[in-house]
Amino acid sequence: MTELISKYLPLKRSKKRNRRKRALTFSVLGVILLLILVGSGFLIDTQGLVVNFDEANSAPSWSHPFGTDWLGRDMFVRTVKGLSLSFWVGLLAAFISGVIALILSLLLLVNKTLDSLVTGLIDLFLGVPHIVALILISFMLGGGLYGVIIAVALTHWPRLARLLRAEIMQIKNSEYISVSRHMGKSWFWIAQHHILPHLMPQLFIGFILMFPHAILHEASITFLGFGLSSEQPAIGIILSEAMGYLSSGMWWLAVFPGLMLLVMVAVFDSLGRNLRKVFDPFKGQKH
Amino acid sequence: MITFILKKLGKLAALLAAISILSFILISYSPVDPVRSYIGAEISRISPEQQKNIEQYWGLNQSKPQQFLQWAKALTQGNLGTSLIYREPVSEIIIDRFSASIALMGLAWLFSGVFGFLLGILAGMNEGSLLDRLIKSYCFILASTPSFWLGLLLLMFFASWLGWFPVGLASPAGSLTGEVSFADKINHLFLPVLTLSIVGVAGVALHTREKLIEVLNSEFIRFARAKGESGIKLFWRHGLRNISLPAISLHFASFGELFGGAVLTEQVFSYPGLGQAVVKAGLGGDVPLLLGITLFSVIFIFVGNFIADLLYVVIDPRMQIKPSHD
Amino acid sequence: MEKLKKIPFSETKEMKSLLEVKDFSLSFPQYKKGFRESYIEVIKDFELTIHPGEIVAVVGSSGSGKSLLADSLLGILPENAEIKGKIYFEGVALTAKRQQQIRGKEISLIPQSVMALDPLMKTGQQVQSSIQNKKEKKRIQKEAFQKLGLPKDTHKKYPFELSGGMARRVLIATAMVSEAKLIIADEPTPGLDEQALEETLTHIKQLSENDRGMMFITHDIHAALKIADRIAVFYGGETVEIANNEDFLGKGENLRHPYTKALWRALPENDFKALKGNQPEAGEVFPGCVFEPRCPIATDFCKKNKPKSAMVNNGIVRCFYAES
Ligand SMILES: Nc1ncnc2c1ncn2[C@@H]1O[C@H](COP(=O)(O)OP(=O)(O)OP(=O)(O)O)[C@@H](O)[C@H]1O
Ligand code: SF4
Ligand SMILES: [Mg+2]
Repeated sequence: MTELISKYLPLKRSKKRNRRKRALTFSVLGVILLLILVGSGFLIDTQGLVVNFDEANSAPSWSHPFGTDWLGRDMFVRTVKGLSLSFWVGLLAAFISGVIALILSLLLLVNKTLDSLVTGLIDLFLGVPHIVALILISFMLGGGLYGVIIAVALTHWPRLARLLRAEIMQIKNSEYISVSRHMGKSWFWIAQHHILPHLMPQLFIGFILMFPHAILHEASITFLGFGLSSEQPAIGIILSEAMGYLSSGMWWLAVFPGLMLLVMVAVFDSLGRNLRKVFDPFKGQKH
Repeated sequence: MITFILKKLGKLAALLAAISILSFILISYSPVDPVRSYIGAEISRISPEQQKNIEQYWGLNQSKPQQFLQWAKALTQGNLGTSLIYREPVSEIIIDRFSASIALMGLAWLFSGVFGFLLGILAGMNEGSLLDRLIKSYCFILASTPSFWLGLLLLMFFASWLGWFPVGLASPAGSLTGEVSFADKINHLFLPVLTLSIVGVAGVALHTREKLIEVLNSEFIRFARAKGESGIKLFWRHGLRNISLPAISLHFASFGELFGGAVLTEQVFSYPGLGQAVVKAGLGGDVPLLLGITLFSVIFIFVGNFIADLLYVVIDPRMQIKPSHD
Repeated sequence: MEKLKKIPFSETKEMKSLLEVKDFSLSFPQYKKGFRESYIEVIKDFELTIHPGEIVAVVGSSGSGKSLLADSLLGILPENAEIKGKIYFEGVALTAKRQQQIRGKEISLIPQSVMALDPLMKTGQQVQSSIQNKKEKKRIQKEAFQKLGLPKDTHKKYPFELSGGMARRVLIATAMVSEAKLIIADEPTPGLDEQALEETLTHIKQLSENDRGMMFITHDIHAALKIADRIAVFYGGETVEIANNEDFLGKGENLRHPYTKALWRALPENDFKALKGNQPEAGEVFPGCVFEPRCPIATDFCKKNKPKSAMVNNGIVRCFYAES
């Protein structure tokens, strides 16, 4: 028994391994894969989106790798288009949220009141289920594509802001900052010269890691029926339409688009995690 | 201890007030016309006067701050208003729907917690092994999986293809709620719970794994081994103790994700819970219901975080009041 | 070893060693320069003998591999460590299996850090776990705490409730209550003030009663000289000298190795002159003597040839020019 235990439950101290090279390789591969995904969204022939009843409801084949739907639209084309939409929404959301997070966290340098306002705002956003916040904002904007995009863009900053804030707090207390302070430099100058350079890796990784969240949320909220209409190719729409055809045995309507979405999210996620290993291998902060 | 609770309650009050104001502002600027969404397609058959009357009845002709004050006043008296789509008091709908959701969320929370914890331990104990890498990849893939898609797949496989479960609805259509048997309930709960549990595993498992590895590399484990302890006994005495509290606490602090997952899962399985109601409210422009559920979900998350913090205060001898996890 | 004529404390006894380490080396696989795999040797050609009732200090600077040496004796090394050489405990080879059986029982560790106490377990319980006599464990633990001058209610406290000095004494208590024949004290005296140091050293010295052997790991030559019978000096992963306590005298004329002499002279009450330069980093490889880059009397010969250990004047030294 004890032998078995020590064989399968070895309580050991971890190995130090160099994972940076592997991380770097995976990052590069991830970027290439993403470029292919997004690029093909641009280049792909939109002919496949045209309604074509002759080819309706066909299972995956060489001419339609992901099959076709009940209107004869090619599911591969729809999926790739949907992913490319997801990518842009994700990019925009990550960018806007990144900017918001940076600005709000920098307010820490200005004064205490503003900073406590920021912390309050962070708590406020984290106090509401993310989905509910998305619903509220897109409701306010009357739904539609823009409603969805703005809702996704406005709700992803709190975690990153909290992370950056903690980082700034640390830098702020460090010695060379107080030296600069004594030399009469303004906070603006210090932010520009000392703090921003330090924040850059965190900000960049946070930016990348916001992608997967944003993409999943965009898909979720469109799946729930907010925003996009059915002509617009979005993964959420495709999947919510597929719900109606579950019992008809058209499995390809749901399987491939969802799988592709998963792949895209996973690529971003691993890209972010690998970059973190490359940039700062010791501080494996959780997102 | 009492100050801790009072402080938390004060924070909750502030949070609720801030969120009420904010969401009221958000909602009142929505272009969605509540009268139109109340009446639906028959709007064309209603005269402008009748429309005015309805607006007056709801107080829509008052200024926004007045409307808010009225709503807030009613709120403090426990009156959340009447839902436009269900035509019932919002509070009743919330209670009704939440009791359906709590079964789903509670079970999924429990299962994902237990399995996630076990998986995390298994991975952490065998750090770097094939098993560890498998569990880790599994968790990372899960974290990237859209929960509604997973639900769709399960529904397709178990319900449509194998025909083992019904395709939707928590109670069989046509029968009265009172007549729904326990077996029926399980039957309708199984797939949603499965979906939500699978999705919830990733977070706990990864966290437990990391924590366990940290603990196993700690000085006190090294010392315990130097004292001759090993295997299960060592894990039981020094490992489990040090990882279970953070894991349980983290799991309580994840009510937000749980709620989000429930919204999507309920939609997929047409499960008549709170999540489905909030989607309907959002899509149908049902302002009172939307506001009501928003506030309720805030309390829900808050309770989770509160328990997470409380656990540290009560159980951890160091008595540090740690902020809930982020 | 039998050439050692003067062995304090064990003169009357049969010359049986408690612990004997020979040609011991320890290395880690490491990725150097980008991504290629190579090995770094943290400990090399280490040798040491400890007799019952004897305190042997191992003196070396931070990062020289002292804690790893302790880990190797207990068999609790990190998994990727690779070791070579021979270790005998009571004359019998100390295999991994035997280590597993006797660690905590016959060999006991006083760890370097107070973090070694489980933060969520009461101290009494932690000490009791290393008592073999399960029936008497409460009493034994109580006595040990009393002997070490710990307040009565200490056993009910969690580690975070103790001061650093108290936590140290609790750690010493775990070794005290065990029936170990060999105690490895890994730097038990860092950052203590003069009085606390004195006290702790007394407690540690108490441990070596009843014919227990002790390996006293430290980087403080002062502390070592206060209680140790012999002192092994660790430099760049090697034992450069094993000297007797009495050798540390005057200007260090009786010491054999230039490094030991330099250490001795660097003490405040002596010349207070520190040696220039730094210890080689773990893994640096020297074709010749490890001390050559800093040695005041090094020659070209030292650069190219490795000195072997030799008996000189009742001690062991690794230097071509050791003729004191
Ligand atoms: N798992 C490991 N993998 C690779 N190198 C390691 C590992 N553990 C320790 N080392 C290296 O071995 C060297 C010796 O470490 P050790 O802890 O034994 O030093 P020490 O002499 O006890 O120092 P101190 O006086 O600071 O306690 C260090 O340079 C350390 O970086
Ligand atoms: S061998 Fe040469 S270099 Fe090494 S210590 Fe002796 S004299 Fe110095
Ligand atoms: Mg050490």
